[in-house]
Amino acid sequence: MSRFTLSDKAFDRLNLIFVLLVTLIIIYPLIFVISASISDPQAVNSGEMWLWPVDITFDGFVRVFQNEAIWTGYRNTIIYTVVGVLIHLFILLPAAYALSRKELMAKKAFMWFILFTMLFNGGLIPTYLVVKNLGMVDTMWSIVIPGVVGAWSVLVARTFFQQTIPDQLVEASKIDGASDFYLFLKVVLPLSLPIIAVMALFHAVALWNQYFNALIYLSDEKLFPLQLILRQILILNEVSADSAATAAGAAQSFSDQVKTASLVKYAVIIVSALPLLIVYPFLQRFFVKGVLIGSVKE
Amino acid sequence: MAVVKSVKRKGNSKIAKSFKQNWQLYIFLLPAITYFFVFHYIPMYGIQIAFKDYYANLGMFGSPLVGFEHFERFFDSYYFWRLLKNTLILNAYNLLLFPLPIIFALSLNELRNGAFKKWSQTLTYAPHFISVVVVVGMLVAFLDPNTGLINHVVRLFGMEPIHFLTSPEWFRHIFVWSGQWQSLGWGTIIYLAALAGVNPELHEAAKVDGATRFQRIIHINIPTILPTIIILFILNIGNFMQIGFEKVLLMQNNLNSETSDIIQTFVYETGLLEGQYSFAAAIGLFESLINIVLLVTVNQIARKVSNNSLW
Repeated sequence: MSRFTLSDKAFDRLNLIFVLLVTLIIIYPLIFVISASISDPQAVNSGEMWLWPVDITFDGFVRVFQNEAIWTGYRNTIIYTVVGVLIHLFILLPAAYALSRKELMAKKAFMWFILFTMLFNGGLIPTYLVVKNLGMVDTMWSIVIPGVVGAWSVLVARTFFQQTIPDQLVEASKIDGASDFYLFLKVVLPLSLPIIAVMALFHAVALWNQYFNALIYLSDEKLFPLQLILRQILILNEVSADSAATAAGAAQSFSDQVKTASLVKYAVIIVSALPLLIVYPFLQRFFVKGVLIGSVKE
Repeated sequence: MAVVKSVKRKGNSKIAKSFKQNWQLYIFLLPAITYFFVFHYIPMYGIQIAFKDYYANLGMFGSPLVGFEHFERFFDSYYFWRLLKNTLILNAYNLLLFPLPIIFALSLNELRNGAFKKWSQTLTYAPHFISVVVVVGMLVAFLDPNTGLINHVVRLFGMEPIHFLTSPEWFRHIFVWSGQWQSLGWGTIIYLAALAGVNPELHEAAKVDGATRFQRIIHINIPTILPTIIILFILNIGNFMQIGFEKVLLMQNNLNSETSDIIQTFVYETGLLEGQYSFAAAIGLFESLINIVLLVTVNQIARKVSNNSLW
């Protein structure tokens, strides 16, 4: 018997070490980026800085905040996210509620109409042509409207309504003469704040992080969201001209520019990702809830 | 005749009555149905350009029909096998790592220290919230041959720095493992919830029989979450061909295209960059069809073997 308890203890230790190791591996790149963003670029590029900041400097952030394009991108992303989430909720919530009500005729047909889009879609080119023919190219709507609601969200929200809004409540309100509009706005929505939060958060994260729609639909730089600007800076290595110009005037050596570029890189990652990373631990339970409601099979 | 008529009228009036009482519900549905119709069903209808030579000025109807010409051109082209191979290998590699979140979830579930478990979860979920652009940007920075962290380590071992992002032989590893870095923690959520449903009496009984922790995981925990595993596996297959195309596009360059050229990036290039709409739509359709066939097959197999399936 004692042999078993001993091996259980060993198991516990090994398991703890395993989880610790995985956690450290996952978190290390993030710590590195944070440290690099406030370290001297020389130390970062030479490999001297590998965990904690070396020769702390906030130059990177100063350069980022001086960069016109990043500001515009930031503003655009905020606008797209807010508008996108509002339209998302406006389309999603009433539909999911209607689909959760047994009085709705042809409910199955409506549901299939929506769910079929999970299985099959027109693909990139036909979708692009529709957006183009609607005149949405190079407008905010090309970012906000395509993909505004997914079949998965409808399924999740409908499941939530089915589980939380009792039939008796609906029937009682109807007998009292309440209309569906009134019922939905005054009774159902106040009871549904968790699902509204979940859906809004998921969609906000998706909008904040997406770049592909912007890449294919936008050519006007004034409309670029943050992710496209990030792509230019981080991947295409184009630190836009104005940041170099404002940095130190015309007399800037090449090595200085390289230094600036690497400094800006890490700072811009922080500036773009930090809002989500800071907010998310507080909202973690909502996100987890969203994943779990979504995994309930009928 | 009269009976039939009256029954029919009665049926109609029932529908009419229900509609009269609940018409507002249909208004609720209207925006969603309109959206799905315009942005999903019209594009499905638009797939017909794959069988036509689409000219913008002729429109979808006016463009001449060419049958399977685009498909034949694609199948006969020298890059067809390369694209298919790259797409399949990349996704199969990704699928190979499917057990990792399960293992991590089983591990987290065994932790006795609740606070540590919570911390570990919060920290490992975090990369899920980072955009692909930033992830690829981080890869560019970390893997830089001169200034990147990884190559400093490589040099420590006395080796020449490796040009990771421009080498075809490195592309798949970098793509798949950076994806795992982002999704490992997040992927445990559903399994952890399923593990919470394990019957504690089973564990008690197994303990009495002298089973070790490890044995109990294998014989109690895993069988309990097996239905969840199967469903998620099917869903993974369902996305088989379309995982991470946006990331591939960001990681792709002329030097690594030998392995990074996949069907979807090719659709993007030929369709949107070169304007060969019909040709690209045909390739896209080919890809969707493979996807559906895979999904239906796996679902069918799962239903036969285990009684767990999506439908």
